[in-house]
Amino acid sequence: MFKRRLRVITAVALAISSISISAMADEVNVYSARKEALIKPILDQFSEQSGIKVNLITGKADALISRMKTEGKFSPADVLVTTDVGRLHRAKSQGLLQPISSDVLEASISANLRDGNGEWFALTKRARPIMYVPERVNASELSSVDELADEKWKGRVCIRSSSNIYNQSMVASLIEQQGSRKTQAWLNNFVKSFARPPKGGDRDQIKAAVAGVCDIAIANSYYLAGMLVSNDESEREVAKKVKVFWPSQDGRGAHVNISGAGVAKHAPNADAAKKLIEFMVTKQAQEWYAKHNQEYPVIDGVDWSPELLGFGEFKGENVRLQRLGELNADAVKLMDKAGWR
Amino acid sequence: MLPMLVVFYSWTNPQVEAWKHLTETVLSDYVIHSLILAAGVGIGVSAIGTGSAWLISQFDFYGRKTLQWLLVLPMAVPAYIIAYTYTGMLDFAGPVQSAIRESFDLSYGDYWFPEVRSLPGAIVMMSLVLYPYVYMLALNAFREQSQSLYESSKTLGISGRRYFFRVALPLARPAIVTGASLAMMESLADYGTVQYFGVNTFTTGIFRTWFGMGNQQAAAQLASLLCTFVFVLILLERFSRHKRRYFNTGTQQRVVQRRAMSPKFQWIAAVLCFLPFLFGFVAPSLQLLYWSISHWQQNFDDQFLTLAFNSFMLAAIAALVVTFIAVFVSYAKRLVVRKDVQIATQLASMGYAIPGAVVAVGAMLPLIWFDTQFDSFMQNLFGISTGLLLSGSLFALVFAYSIRFLVVAVQNTDDGLSRIKPSMDASARTMGLSPKQVGIRIHLPLLRGSLLSAFILVFVDVLKELPATLIMRPFNFNTLAVRAHELASDERLVDAALPAMAIVIVGLLPIYLLTKKMDES
Repeated sequence: MFKRRLRVITAVALAISSISISAMADEVNVYSARKEALIKPILDQFSEQSGIKVNLITGKADALISRMKTEGKFSPADVLVTTDVGRLHRAKSQGLLQPISSDVLEASISANLRDGNGEWFALTKRARPIMYVPERVNASELSSVDELADEKWKGRVCIRSSSNIYNQSMVASLIEQQGSRKTQAWLNNFVKSFARPPKGGDRDQIKAAVAGVCDIAIANSYYLAGMLVSNDESEREVAKKVKVFWPSQDGRGAHVNISGAGVAKHAPNADAAKKLIEFMVTKQAQEWYAKHNQEYPVIDGVDWSPELLGFGEFKGENVRLQRLGELNADAVKLMDKAGWR
Repeated sequence: MLPMLVVFYSWTNPQVEAWKHLTETVLSDYVIHSLILAAGVGIGVSAIGTGSAWLISQFDFYGRKTLQWLLVLPMAVPAYIIAYTYTGMLDFAGPVQSAIRESFDLSYGDYWFPEVRSLPGAIVMMSLVLYPYVYMLALNAFREQSQSLYESSKTLGISGRRYFFRVALPLARPAIVTGASLAMMESLADYGTVQYFGVNTFTTGIFRTWFGMGNQQAAAQLASLLCTFVFVLILLERFSRHKRRYFNTGTQQRVVQRRAMSPKFQWIAAVLCFLPFLFGFVAPSLQLLYWSISHWQQNFDDQFLTLAFNSFMLAAIAALVVTFIAVFVSYAKRLVVRKDVQIATQLASMGYAIPGAVVAVGAMLPLIWFDTQFDSFMQNLFGISTGLLLSGSLFALVFAYSIRFLVVAVQNTDDGLSRIKPSMDASARTMGLSPKQVGIRIHLPLLRGSLLSAFILVFVDVLKELPATLIMRPFNFNTLAVRAHELASDERLVDAALPAMAIVIVGLLPIYLLTKKMDES
């Protein structure tokens, strides 16, 4: 019995280990921190048009970066896709990406949205506005995120945990623009504005605001847009009850992060990888993102979804995004000190 | 054991500044919350698991036969899924509280309602899905206590409640403690639930330090602290047992005769046993069902069957391999009574309390080392570059599961072997059986129950496993857990319901078949 089982197991082990990935022509291997549902359709379009087969694994960005690092020079990864700039910077600083020079990319993507060395490029923009419940808050009371630390807003703001990368990037961006000391002082007061200890995701903050836990939620715009077109009717109803306010429009602008991609240092199919990234900034791909993922395109002349149009145009922060990656650890420490859970 | 070494090796590069920051700000939170969580889950699962196992094994009441296997089912529900469903039902914005507000015309803050997303909430959620660990082991243990034990206790005037506390419970204690410690370790390794509930524990700390601060060293050091903590827990448990080992001594074993109950008590017993099943399985499943039915067409495609098949096969293969290894480990412990072997097996089992993502990174290192060596060997000999042969294949994944879930299987096989008296081997040998024959003809039939429960537990764990699967799987390979997680973490609970439901269903099949089989044996 044991012997037979051993034989079966050996056979199975051999069989599965033989399904290893070989680098064939006309393939490109993508490590994506973007979820499958949010990238596969556009990759399929790419395959259809270029004849290049796309192999995909998805996962948490840091885990994918660790995997690339341990795989070293044998890594099959060609393209790394992440949903925030901090991780792209981290991959770059660990020497996992290679510089790419591409006229298409340089012409389409403005300079602050790509790495100076050409190691990563933004694919979409994601904004983090203030959302308010018009029944309880008048838009004229709002101006910037900075003022949400005022006494007036004590116990009225919902925002998720500081473990979340969007909050970390937002604070890193403040540090870059205002310096550590000022940011710390703001954080110390801002946490007093929390209506409850942070919990849940961005959609939960919006729901809590509508349910009356708080009057203001801070969340990424595509979550609200996603709720507006949700399969769940109650979610659509909730989403209709909040409005978007774009902060600091006379000043530095609303906080913006990106999703982006870079070509791996040891990419076996570097040419195909470059083609893929170039495809991602074509009008076709950008429009798909603007309409299906509700994210802002990085190129001009692309139609937005009705939901994004409803939120209106806005001015975004003009920060060199790679600084957000560099300052991420500092941001976490300041939030720890302020007691932002 | 390698991931453990990797984790502890991190101390060669102490991160003074990071630690200073951690101790000044958040470390005490991590420690206290983790302790409360583990203790709470330990108490919760022991109470539910032992209580239900006792009723099922000792008494006859309405629906006992069905309840006996229904009680195992909550195990198929991943902790983070039950957390999502209860939040959906009981949160401010959920149907229950909305109904209260509407019918009494109240608004937020006017009334008290337990907060689901809190530390107590996390304890309840995890206890509800983890108690089957205790239940299965305790059921086995109670069943194997012989009838003569009960009768002789009775003649000594010990019966009823006293029999339970003074005789049956102490005898079943190793099994209960084993189950509870598995559940506690799982609660310590949990990330999905605590993160969603905003409870800061060691795991959230590890990920925060690793991802947020980009300090992998300090994160590994935190993980090692967690391991040490678990190790102390295990030692304490060992110590408290005073090296007692229990073997069945009755030569003529008689199966426990279930006692009859009055109709009133039958109902009470049936309801009591139904409650864990209701809250741990029925309620979350109904919520999932409700979510998935309304939009199943959008989420059900041809891919979906592939997903289910992948998940099932992967879990089955991994469970087979892990159970097989576990048998070896248990025999090594039984046959080689040496300190170093005992310690090595003990260390290997701590892997269960480490978050899957940390295990995955630890498991990748040796595989890639092997691949690199093999590549240069083949290069020199034949001029062929083999590249990454093992890592990035399903083999790597099964390897990682073996590390993470070995302890689950070993606990079961250990427990099974510990109930086979060594003198039995001796007498079998004197009767002319070879060691191999002893294994096949004596041990195997006696171990069947333990092997089955080891297999189910690992199967279900692999089915639910997320972080290691996410990071180590080959290209274009998806499982149900991955799909459910991706949608849920994108806060699309309604769309995540169908794959989550499928995990539960796929998990049910082996649980049902195997508990039936266990019952027959």
